[in-house]
Amino acid sequence: MADAVTPPGTVPARAAEAPRGARGPRRRADAPPGRLRRRLSTYWYAWAMVAPVVAVIGVIIGWPLVRGLWLSLTDADEANVERRIGVNRIEATYEFVGLDNYLDVLRDDVFWDRLGWTVLWTVACVGITFTLGLTLATMLNRAFRGRTLYRMALILPWAIPAFVSVFAWRMLFNERNGILNGVLGNGGIDAVPWLSDPTWAKVSVIAVNVWLGVPFMLIAMLGALQSIPAEQYEAAEMDGANAWQRFTNITLPGVRPVAMTVVLLSTIWTFNMFPVIFLLTRGGPAGSTDILVTEAFRLAFVSSPRDFANSATWGVLILLLLVLFALAYRKALRKQGEVW
Amino acid sequence: MRRSIGTTAVAAALALAATACGGDGGGGDGESAGAAGGELSGTVTFWDTSNETEAEVFQALAEAFEDEHEGVTVEYVNVGFDDAQNRFKNAAAANEAPDVMRTEVAWVADFASLGYLYPLDGTAAVENQDDFLPTPWASTQYDGQTYAVPQVTDTLALFYNRALLEEAGVEVPESLDDVVASTDAFDAVGATPLYVRGDDPYWFLPFLYGEGGDMVDAEAQRVTIDDEAGVAAFERMQSLVDSGAALTDTSDGWENMMSTFADGEVAMMINGPWAIADATTALGDDLGVAPVPAGGATQASPLGGWNYGVYAGTPEADASFEFVRYMSSAATQQRVTEELSLLPTRASVYDAESVQANEMVQFFKPAVDVAHERPWIPQAQSLFDPLRVSVQAMLTGSASPADAAADTGDAYRDILEDWQ
Repeated sequence: MADAVTPPGTVPARAAEAPRGARGPRRRADAPPGRLRRRLSTYWYAWAMVAPVVAVIGVIIGWPLVRGLWLSLTDADEANVERRIGVNRIEATYEFVGLDNYLDVLRDDVFWDRLGWTVLWTVACVGITFTLGLTLATMLNRAFRGRTLYRMALILPWAIPAFVSVFAWRMLFNERNGILNGVLGNGGIDAVPWLSDPTWAKVSVIAVNVWLGVPFMLIAMLGALQSIPAEQYEAAEMDGANAWQRFTNITLPGVRPVAMTVVLLSTIWTFNMFPVIFLLTRGGPAGSTDILVTEAFRLAFVSSPRDFANSATWGVLILLLLVLFALAYRKALRKQGEVW
Repeated sequence: MRRSIGTTAVAAALALAATACGGDGGGGDGESAGAAGGELSGTVTFWDTSNETEAEVFQALAEAFEDEHEGVTVEYVNVGFDDAQNRFKNAAAANEAPDVMRTEVAWVADFASLGYLYPLDGTAAVENQDDFLPTPWASTQYDGQTYAVPQVTDTLALFYNRALLEEAGVEVPESLDDVVASTDAFDAVGATPLYVRGDDPYWFLPFLYGEGGDMVDAEAQRVTIDDEAGVAAFERMQSLVDSGAALTDTSDGWENMMSTFADGEVAMMINGPWAIADATTALGDDLGVAPVPAGGATQASPLGGWNYGVYAGTPEADASFEFVRYMSSAATQQRVTEELSLLPTRASVYDAESVQANEMVQFFKPAVDVAHERPWIPQAQSLFDPLRVSVQAMLTGSASPADAAADTGDAYRDILEDWQ
């Protein structure tokens, strides 16, 4: 960013400096302050512009991250961290334990169980959401009566706070007096234990997350579709391409750059989609819908004493998984010639 | 603009990680401190965890304290029961906790072990100590000191629908075997005998105690949930459901229990005094209350209830002590009982005419006298989560009762280090 706003005139200054530095041993006493001052005087504007961002990112992301990393290498829980009670300050007494927490977590079946379900949950949610979003976007990307109305209706889930929709869904799913089972009952079908059976609970949480995620996909894909020049379709039609051929040969390549981004974002969001799981099933029944973040939450906030170290360990592992995924994804894109 | 996708992904992941660490704020700062010349002043912040029906009464009572002490302002805050324990802990560790906290009986040891509660022995908060009933009082003790003052006490009991029992020709059951035996009779009138909560392990405790078991033996530092009696309790719950004598859900248990009971789909449920108001609204005079049905060994239900704790870092200690004294006084407790039918913790209140005439108190008092005390250890609250998971696993068929008991026991030994 700093380079982007480098004023002209910087280059001569640097050029002038170079020969002097090359002429014998530099006098350390006065050279650095001079350089610093010169740098300040040329870049001060850039630094001033960047400073607030750096400060904010440092405070809200950098510090918690560093602290989380540190806690994951200790045996910190709520009984040994620093506390302030009135005028008394209780000093922290937790100790560095190296990678013990990581070894414990990785040796534990619970982690691998949760990871398996988290991956399945992410793939299912992103796959279904993307397919639905693209289908709906294609259907809406043409002129017909009431198009605005349809678009509004499909974007509606976005206008409702997620926790409100999740609670509404929970009432719909209620096994004994929910509307869904009421409708099924009228059709002569037995009540489905939507949230009480491990398999159905998984289906239910995925369904709700898809419902919540479609508007984002829809809008993003609609935008992508509208950026495809109409001439291409006209030319294809002239050549006698049918609808399916136009879709696979023009639409799909056309939306590709946008699709790649939204799939990546959606994957990261879904991987860490805490509210849907927690508010709908609390991870139950018997932990069958617990994803990695809800398990980390349980460690940090439900057990007593609250286990900050283990929770941080889970958090760091989640972060690592996502970073690895993003890097692999990027590499795959590069291979296919995407310039990103 | 060209941008590295790797950086974008890392930044996005970081942002998500950062948002997951939100903090809870809490207000406990008063402007002036303590008593000046005998007259109290300052602001007492009181966090109440009572439910919607109860909250109105408690708020009115708390704010009436201002009438007695003109210099004191009471700031009443209702916090949800679900996350109250965590919110208090977060606030307490950052010196932002309320001055007075409504503390569940099982939280006292937890808060006290972390140094968040003010030792109340010898302060104005404890008045006429001998008047308190011994079992609720026991829950205020940690490490030989008093850290709270009892507010209300409770236990679980059997709520039944008189009309349905009459229609089916069934007597109020004394044991779970009686409940199972009545299945056909209730079936004939289109009802199921009992609702059993499969989503909240607190409701499992009557079964556990009924078979003579317990979660842990705190004195011997031994985990007892997976012994013979523990396994029997899991088996008992499963057989109730399998035999059709009980309905259960592993989610939305409270809503389903209250609605099926109100609609007459189930004839009986196990519940506490806090449900009296709602159940009376639904059934009116048809609501009957009896002791929990006995299991294979005995008839017992867990002791619950609430205490008042004072935050150890409060700048308003004197006003807070006085507030706790007032809220736990016999007069205040009597009003609570008159309006909400909650059970007082002072022996003298039970002598009051209005309390003696209260039907719910008449029933619940003997039940509370023999209620089973829970282990008053700091980890008490975390014993519930593994139990919840195991009960759900058993009810959804992924674990046998014996496995469920064994899994719970293993989890307890992880939580309680060095216990057998």
